[in-house]
Amino acid sequence: MIPTEQHIKLPDGSIERQTTTLNLGPTHPATHGVFENILELDGERIVSAKQTVGYIHRAFEKLAEHRPLYQITPLTDRLNYCSSPINNMGWHLTCEKLLNVKTPKRVDYLRVIIMELARISDHLICNSIVGVDTGAYTGFLYVMQYRELIYEIYEEVCGSRLTTNIGRIGGFERNFTNTAFEKLEKFLREYPVVLKEFENLFMRNRIFMERTQGTGGISAERALNYGFTGPNLRATGVDYDVRVHAPYSSYEDFDFIIPVGSTGDNYDRFMVRGEEMWQSLSIIEQAYKKIQEFTGAESEIYHADVPEYYLPPKVDVYTKMEALIWHFKIIMGEIEMPKGEVYLSVEGGNGELGFYFISDGGRTPYRLHFRRPCFIYYQAYPELTKGAMLSDAIVTMSSLNLIAGEMDA
Amino acid sequence: MSLTNEKIKEKLVGKFGDQVGNFEESFGMLSFSAPKDMNLKVLQFLYDEPDLSFRFLTDLCAVHYPDKHDAELEVVYHLHNLKDNVRLRFRVSTPVSNPDVFTATKLFESANWMERETYDFYGVNFLGHPNLVRILNVDEMDYFPMRKEFPLEDQTRIDKDDDMFGR
Repeated sequence: MIPTEQHIKLPDGSIERQTTTLNLGPTHPATHGVFENILELDGERIVSAKQTVGYIHRAFEKLAEHRPLYQITPLTDRLNYCSSPINNMGWHLTCEKLLNVKTPKRVDYLRVIIMELARISDHLICNSIVGVDTGAYTGFLYVMQYRELIYEIYEEVCGSRLTTNIGRIGGFERNFTNTAFEKLEKFLREYPVVLKEFENLFMRNRIFMERTQGTGGISAERALNYGFTGPNLRATGVDYDVRVHAPYSSYEDFDFIIPVGSTGDNYDRFMVRGEEMWQSLSIIEQAYKKIQEFTGAESEIYHADVPEYYLPPKVDVYTKMEALIWHFKIIMGEIEMPKGEVYLSVEGGNGELGFYFISDGGRTPYRLHFRRPCFIYYQAYPELTKGAMLSDAIVTMSSLNLIAGEMDA
Repeated sequence: MSLTNEKIKEKLVGKFGDQVGNFEESFGMLSFSAPKDMNLKVLQFLYDEPDLSFRFLTDLCAVHYPDKHDAELEVVYHLHNLKDNVRLRFRVSTPVSNPDVFTATKLFESANWMERETYDFYGVNFLGHPNLVRILNVDEMDYFPMRKEFPLEDQTRIDKDDDMFGR
């Protein structure tokens, strides 16, 4: 809504400016991550916003040109660090597409479980932070214990909690232990109750609804033109989800709905993310049931049989000749890499996370470009907040789920 | 009737003749190139033509090929037709000595920052861009870091002990 009248009226002949310049600077409790906004305010309303990004630019694309494939996984962790397993899996899937590696079903289902847990964790963070920005701290701290449980599940599988470096080309580095499955069962038992309680705090809460409905809205055509993907695009009504359009890792075997909104405002984004968490929970339950149906030798598979790209277990490296040779070849870069270029995208927490990988046959990529959804849709922020009040701009910023690591790479 | 790579190629060749070339299909995605003066015409055709309607710009980046004389910098557009779920890769090349390419911001708003990033890292000058300044690097930088001649580490640092940290 563009204001038609000036709110601050200065006396005639005044040399002061009509608008205030406010630096919503890189270190600010309301900006989640480091990015800066220089706002022109007319009273309480925003006239224009100028953004500065790049405070956490770490030159991943240049680094990736000097690292062999398995050393790039830790770089991808640090893109969207709230849901790093999805980035890792996306990178492994890109490599598998280039190298023509087929993963067994059990590996696919385990990957789906980990990716959906990461999606739940990311959406929990986003939705609870939208609550925090409207003043409701309880929700954020209450769901923290279930985010902790998700991080404990990652820890059982790969050893790390936040920047997971999980998985390898062809599967996982170790089989899921019984503890991991017990924690997963605990999560599936206890989390639905907590999610319902969390929703009860916000969904029909009058204050929250009045703060978030009607603010930060965008139409579907403008959103598509700005390159929106993910929950932000689905909130405007376009049901584009990479898991359905270009299924990867056996997502076609699962039955889930894509929630869409209608106006694309903050409330719709909150609701879309909330419903996606329920859908992710359903996908995890389906995947867990499918995994329990594997019997005998099939239930022990946790990686594809690709000795050229999958580091052998250390026990075998020290005792068997072939494993030693493969280990040497992989680490020293004596493996045949095909030439070619591949683009693969996965549905990250924020949208279509794409990997454009050009290989010239060498050990390291010739070019690796990350298509980062946060970077692309943050451009729309001035249009989303034109004419809005300052407090609405803060809520819009947090409901867009801007993660600085993904914006800058 | 679904949109196949053959059909896309036919339509492009039908409209632009031999100015579009280098048709390749890698991992299911068709890619082609055109001279850099025609990039907007091709993008507009792909946008407007009702059978093609590539209305979503997925990605815009550049690649540096120092060995290809007079075509060192290549700008790559990834386009997506959401209705028929078809992706396309479109390339334009430009020499390093004269890296001017027309901007796609009037057609796709998402190209704005992606072109700024390409300028920041490769030095491709997008003609007609509303605000072509560096986006991720510091404003005072006077080189283009992703080009192949630029090494990974800054060679002018004097605070690192070379005996301890190899280069």
